[in-house]
Amino acid sequence: MKGSIIIVSFFILGVLLGYMGLVPDSLIESDLSFYVLCALMFFVGLSVGCDTKTLKSFSKLNPKYFLLPIATIVGTLGGCVIISFLLPDRQLSDLLAVGSGFGYYSLSSIFITEYRGAELGTIALLSNIMRELIALLLAPFLVRYFGKLSTISVGGATTMDTTLPVILKFSGKEFIVISVFHGFILDLSVPFLVTFFCSF
Amino acid sequence: MFIVIAFMLIGGITGYFLRKKELGNIPKFVTVLIWLLLAILGMEVGSNPDIIKGLATIGKEALFITIAAVTGSAFMALLLWKLINKGKK
Repeated sequence: MKGSIIIVSFFILGVLLGYMGLVPDSLIESDLSFYVLCALMFFVGLSVGCDTKTLKSFSKLNPKYFLLPIATIVGTLGGCVIISFLLPDRQLSDLLAVGSGFGYYSLSSIFITEYRGAELGTIALLSNIMRELIALLLAPFLVRYFGKLSTISVGGATTMDTTLPVILKFSGKEFIVISVFHGFILDLSVPFLVTFFCSF
Repeated sequence: MFIVIAFMLIGGITGYFLRKKELGNIPKFVTVLIWLLLAILGMEVGSNPDIIKGLATIGKEALFITIAAVTGSAFMALLLWKLINKGKK
């Protein structure tokens, strides 16, 4: 929990700095976060590579874990169907399109803005940023009440990059193959599912 | 996306060759990089007026969708977790 509070403090600090205009545009427009992410992944890889015990455990992985991407898609879309009763102003297909971003906010919001306009595109952006934040911030809570796979499922399409370090920290390093596989499948599904639901 | 994965693989291979050496500070370094990434994400949100305006007006709608999507997937993940661990007891 202490870890999550520190993480959210850094995020809020960033929002405040950005809002007050204390961040130079050149920093925002730069690919800095991409380079930091690359560095992060290098060190995540390094710590996993050192750990030969974990590497050996990969071969013992239960193939049932590969059902996880399907569970994530079914659970996400099911949740969107249920919430449609509380948001009667929105078409079901709009909600399903937003949900199909699976946390991949950049791509899903571009797609949805293109097909359905900027308003729904902005909702997709916000909703999928929230999903990524929830995956990052609530990881300890999710592991405790919904089991070790829930951090991966909630992380959606981000589980092979941005949320991977948090998943490895709270679920365990042995979940790296499942997490990367899950992120890969969901990443690929985003353009297809978003396009599909926007066609209604 | 694939470039990021490539970095992780390079890190993994490097780590494999360094596995006999002491690399005690890596978990701390990973934590600091997570903080930095979250701060950068916050800066992008804070400095984009469209996102800030959107947070006030349509943010609630986005939050509802997110809670529904997150709860749905967490329940499905719990179901799968129980299914996988059923035979182990």
